[in-house]
Amino acid sequence: MNILSDLGIVYALLGAAVAVLFAGCGSAIGVGIAGQAASGVVTEDPSKFAKVLIIQLLPGTQGLYGLLVGFITLSKIGILGGGVADVSVTTGLLILAACLPIGIVGLLSGISQGKTAAAAIGIVAKKPEQFGKAMLFPAMVETYAILALLVSFLAVNGIQV
Amino acid sequence: MGNTKYTYAVARIRALEVSLFSDAVIGQLMASRTAEEALRLVREKGWGDPSGSGDMDSVLKREEEKTWEVIRDVAPDMGVFDVLSLPKLYHNLKAAVKEVCTEKRTPGIFYDDCEIPGEEMLRIIENREFSRLPGSMGRVAEEALETLLHTRDGQLCDVLIDRAALEAIFEAGKRSGEPVIEDYADTTVAIADIKIAVRSRKTGKSADFMRSAMAECGSINREQLIRAALAGEEEIARYLEGTSYAGGADALRESPSAFERWCDNRMTETMKAQKYETFSVGPLLAYLLARENEIKTVRIILTGKQNGFPEDALRERIREMYV
Repeated sequence: MNILSDLGIVYALLGAAVAVLFAGCGSAIGVGIAGQAASGVVTEDPSKFAKVLIIQLLPGTQGLYGLLVGFITLSKIGILGGGVADVSVTTGLLILAACLPIGIVGLLSGISQGKTAAAAIGIVAKKPEQFGKAMLFPAMVETYAILALLVSFLAVNGIQV
Repeated sequence: MGNTKYTYAVARIRALEVSLFSDAVIGQLMASRTAEEALRLVREKGWGDPSGSGDMDSVLKREEEKTWEVIRDVAPDMGVFDVLSLPKLYHNLKAAVKEVCTEKRTPGIFYDDCEIPGEEMLRIIENREFSRLPGSMGRVAEEALETLLHTRDGQLCDVLIDRAALEAIFEAGKRSGEPVIEDYADTTVAIADIKIAVRSRKTGKSADFMRSAMAECGSINREQLIRAALAGEEEIARYLEGTSYAGGADALRESPSAFERWCDNRMTETMKAQKYETFSVGPLLAYLLARENEIKTVRIILTGKQNGFPEDALRERIREMYV
């Protein structure tokens, strides 16, 4: 059994794990922070539930982006298709590198977006009519998660297995 | 995620800030013809208990309690609010020492919503269990009790306890580790020192008396303030111009009540920055002070109307609102 050729698939799988794990953690923390703020507002004013729920969910997208990249990676290396592809160490490392952007940016932007969402929930608490503007501030953070998703997506797609 | 422990609390406070009185509501209250009409207006705004007694004192007392109930409910750590509860604690100590010395019982002179409620404080002082009091309070209580028993000088006892309260507030501010609480504690002590200087000047007290009544703080130099107070009221105003309380100098020249109002307005002004904070204890402190300020202003209007004060005298005492 050739250990070197086996390491290739391990690296590729590690890439999928990085994308799902870190981006998922970022979203979990972000949605958690925003959820605390949302609970605070709903305790005093349950009529604002729908509005604060939408803002709370904004940091949840990073996890989905991570899942998407992880999914593409798994199907690329054949784990999802049934027949596991023969992945060289170089290709495995390339896939791992391709998964890093959404993993790392997903983690950090998820946390930051959660904090911005908590602040935006403060806007809704005091001025519910400014809901549209309140949504925009956390949505700005989303830009960078999308950029990272784009690079990870293109890179994983572009690697020939 | 240590810096997000106030997220829930701050969001809840934000939702509550909506029901704080704005300057417009205070204007409406001022426009009421009688105290009853003004009281009805605040009751309509949800003040007091719907089932409880509708008189002014119980409505205002209930509002104070409600504020603390909310803070106790949301704050992850009540220790940082010591600076606000200490005055009540020391008030209880002062009242208990006097009750024990005079062997009289006066109902309703204690605060019950603090660490050591009235009855317990009275028992501690009666049985001389000073070690049950927190921090340096035990030593102060013993000293105040001995002083009052031997000299029968109520003012000396007051000065001792009041100064200890100021020192405890300053210490609690430093201990909290929160810059906004530290600032609040420092300003509270500084303003108390300035008021002592002004009153001592009016009653012709000595430098030694002032030294024994004033506490050290960061933003005011005690010795310079005492020297200014000995030289005259104008000198106090001039000294203030060189400190961060410069705006108070003009208010001091105007009248004592204008100065009191300036002190409260300055605190509200400093706290306004907390409206934009999301992850610190600041908004909780700001809300507490805003509520105290609001209750104080409503009390001024109601008692003013009850006693037929002219509108100008009331306007001079109306505080700026936080929202």
